[in-house]
Amino acid sequence: MIEQNDKKLDRREFLFRAGKAGVSIAAAGTVSYLLYDSKGPGAGTKEEELVTLPDFSVSHQAGKTMSIVKGPDRTKTVDKAIELLGGIERFVKPGETVAIKPNVAFASPPMLGATARPELVAEVVRLCYTAGKAKKVIVTDNPINDPASCFTLSGVGKAASQAGADVVMPRDNLFRHTTLAGGRLIKNWPIFYEPFKNIDKLIGIAPVKHHHRAGASMAMKNFYGLLGGRRNIFHQDINTIIAELAMMVRPTLVILDGTEVMMTNGPTGGSISDLKRTNTLIASCDCVAADSFGCGLLGLAVSDLPYLAKAEKAGAGTTDYESLKPISTTVS
Amino acid sequence: MRIVQTRRISQAFFFILFVWFCIVSTVGEEFWQLRDWPVNWFLQLDPLVAIGTILTTHTLYLPLLWALATVVLTIIFGRFFCSWVCPFGSLHHFIGFLGNRKKKTAEKIQLNKYRKAQCIKYFVLIVFLFMAAFPSVAATLQTGLLDPIPLITRSFNLVLLPIVDGSINLVSVSSRFYVGAWLVFGIFLTAVLLNLVIPRFYCRFICPLGALFGIVGRFAIWRIGKNQSECINCKLCEKSCEGGCEPAGNIRISECVLCFNCRQECKDEIISYQTQPSLSGELTNPDISRRGFVLSLAGGVFAVPAVRLSNKLGSNWYHRVIRPPGALEEEQFLKRCVKCGQCMRICPTNVIQPGGIEGGLENLWTPVLNNRIGSSGCQLNCTACGQVCPTSAIRPITLSEKLGLEEFAKAGPIKLGTAFVDRNRCLPWAMDKPCIVCEENCPVSPKAIYTQECFNTIRDGVLTVKKVSGNIIETVEEIVPGRFATGDYYCVIESNELRKISANTENTIMILSDSQFEKKPAPGSKIEIQVRLQRPYIDIEKCIGCGVCEHECPVSGRKAIRVSAEGETRSFDRRLLLKR
Repeated sequence: MIEQNDKKLDRREFLFRAGKAGVSIAAAGTVSYLLYDSKGPGAGTKEEELVTLPDFSVSHQAGKTMSIVKGPDRTKTVDKAIELLGGIERFVKPGETVAIKPNVAFASPPMLGATARPELVAEVVRLCYTAGKAKKVIVTDNPINDPASCFTLSGVGKAASQAGADVVMPRDNLFRHTTLAGGRLIKNWPIFYEPFKNIDKLIGIAPVKHHHRAGASMAMKNFYGLLGGRRNIFHQDINTIIAELAMMVRPTLVILDGTEVMMTNGPTGGSISDLKRTNTLIASCDCVAADSFGCGLLGLAVSDLPYLAKAEKAGAGTTDYESLKPISTTVS
Repeated sequence: MRIVQTRRISQAFFFILFVWFCIVSTVGEEFWQLRDWPVNWFLQLDPLVAIGTILTTHTLYLPLLWALATVVLTIIFGRFFCSWVCPFGSLHHFIGFLGNRKKKTAEKIQLNKYRKAQCIKYFVLIVFLFMAAFPSVAATLQTGLLDPIPLITRSFNLVLLPIVDGSINLVSVSSRFYVGAWLVFGIFLTAVLLNLVIPRFYCRFICPLGALFGIVGRFAIWRIGKNQSECINCKLCEKSCEGGCEPAGNIRISECVLCFNCRQECKDEIISYQTQPSLSGELTNPDISRRGFVLSLAGGVFAVPAVRLSNKLGSNWYHRVIRPPGALEEEQFLKRCVKCGQCMRICPTNVIQPGGIEGGLENLWTPVLNNRIGSSGCQLNCTACGQVCPTSAIRPITLSEKLGLEEFAKAGPIKLGTAFVDRNRCLPWAMDKPCIVCEENCPVSPKAIYTQECFNTIRDGVLTVKKVSGNIIETVEEIVPGRFATGDYYCVIESNELRKISANTENTIMILSDSQFEKKPAPGSKIEIQVRLQRPYIDIEKCIGCGVCEHECPVSGRKAIRVSAEGETRSFDRRLLLKR
């Protein structure tokens, strides 16, 4: 709009313009008032909204907490081991959603034993769908190596999706901060939370592996994969962090695969000569008990792994697995 | 259908195909990931890539034979590639159209006139080709800096795709990062925005590939021209001329990009695509002055020794230039790498990064490993980068060759460099804190990182015994409760017996119950608190320089374990050990 210079400002025009000016000033004033910050930024770090991982454990049944099955065929031993605890129906109710957390930490082929075996993961997925009548099964991990490569090379990704499970990759937007009640290390720490938020049951699947810093990597250490951020910093106090993981994560069931055990060069392995055949598979509702038995396969005592005693003290389980009267059997 | 419609369809088709190839350059098993998609096809069609590598290596790498087809078609039809195939050209074409569509006809004719500066692209080409043809040893391939196909490949793969996908993460699981991508972006953006000043600015003034086509296509059998010498001289044919080749007068064949806009505009159908030269006359040769030619030739000849004055190929080589597995020896590598960024795009861990100029000017945008970026060093069981390299600057090695298995057992694994522990920064070495994340993640078997155990007395760790009962030692001094309960602390008494501590309160220390002292320490005697450390060492014979340790090191600023290129297999001069 071009205003004529010779045109005199009339009253109506003046009031109209004064009104517009007034509204603009009021708007500027309101915005300033609303955003007014008398203190300035504090020294503290950003406050995150905290989440807590649900408790996935099932009710205790005497004498049916842990089973140990001997045999060379993982598909058969895991079927038997779960059957001995009351079958998958005890753990997975029809229509439920199940998350399976295998150890897929490394981009390494299955034969090297650094990751959970694909056939084992597939079999548990299958059980959840058939006998358990689960609505949906997801398989997920937050590996150390490149996630996509880990799921591909370990064979777990393909096996899981062929068995009908959804493979969930650890995308950046799936992490939330948590603080573990009674914990010393897990404070305002990002964890791989979103996939587990709305599920009903959690099953961990881990191989038995040598680990130079922690002594052994088994069912409890498997949940390291739920930690996000710069989780390597916890290696300064590895025993406490593993114990805190056992406090933070309450799985429905853990499958500890000792069919072939990585005796040396763990947890990466890299050679078949690092493996030893021990033909043992453990299913347990108690992580600590499973690991307390599992360390024996590596030739270690419970006292060699301080995190076991710590977890027991924190109430995450028992190191005295014999007290659970584990059911043992052999399938050929 | 009119020919310009056909041209637009062709441009859209090849542009979409190009973008599709960028998307599918992802490692994976899905149909939209790398399976047998010919993701290098545009680079292979590019004769500048082929001629450049022919000049530097005196050979034509088989997949680059595609370029022969482009050359033959150009000899027959002229610069069809620029207006019918080239994705960068299509982008310029489109932006130039958008930016100038509202201008008046007279303005457009003025905008699309021939300019003397259009000869610059020939000088660019001459400089690059002489750098490549430089007598044997010193030759270097720098065409990729401005060659439009590597340029747009690099820009899409290292800038546009990561920006678009960074917020939705559809193509890759986590956001991708590329060091110095801002410069790639800046050049790309400048080239695109210059279309608002003059349409197809890049094609007309800079593009060395266009210059090559201009030279090759000047004897084209079919060409644009007038089929009668006289016309009403309305100049409408020059209104939308993409090449600025003056079809109204003496048409400049080497500038004509075969957009066919002139033919479309000519209402009297005087302009046609024909075998006979334009009846109003034509200029076939590029407008290069002798002085310009001599100067650019001299520039090309002097550029290589000038760049090499930094001695980056000699004793002053830069140790952070860690090349991907299978990369050729440095001189040979620089003769082949066209800086297209395909290896950086395909790398599943994002560890391959565009190089900067710290490694010499020639190093710019060549692939360099940066273990601080990405999801984990160079993954042991991966050879993706060599499989996509269009010129075999990175050879397409097998996994057996990379890992030194089977027939390569004698040669051993391919080493990218060697990891060095920085004992001034490493937690167990410098700060007496347990760690060894590097050892845990070393993927080699047996591990290239090994540890030696030691027990160090901690600061203020000498305590006085007040009382001993069972496995509990009461101390005179106060201790932070729980401090020694991590499983890494030990207690030593005067008889040098070492016992593991299981817990402590503010004035008691609990010894692990199954490792009690043979003789109890007496009240008043001293005990020492020691921390058990596993300190990392590198077995230089085993280390392959993959950088997984560096990536995982929790000292996150300047890492406490770092790979440097010494000992890389591809270089004899940079070896570290006497053997191999």
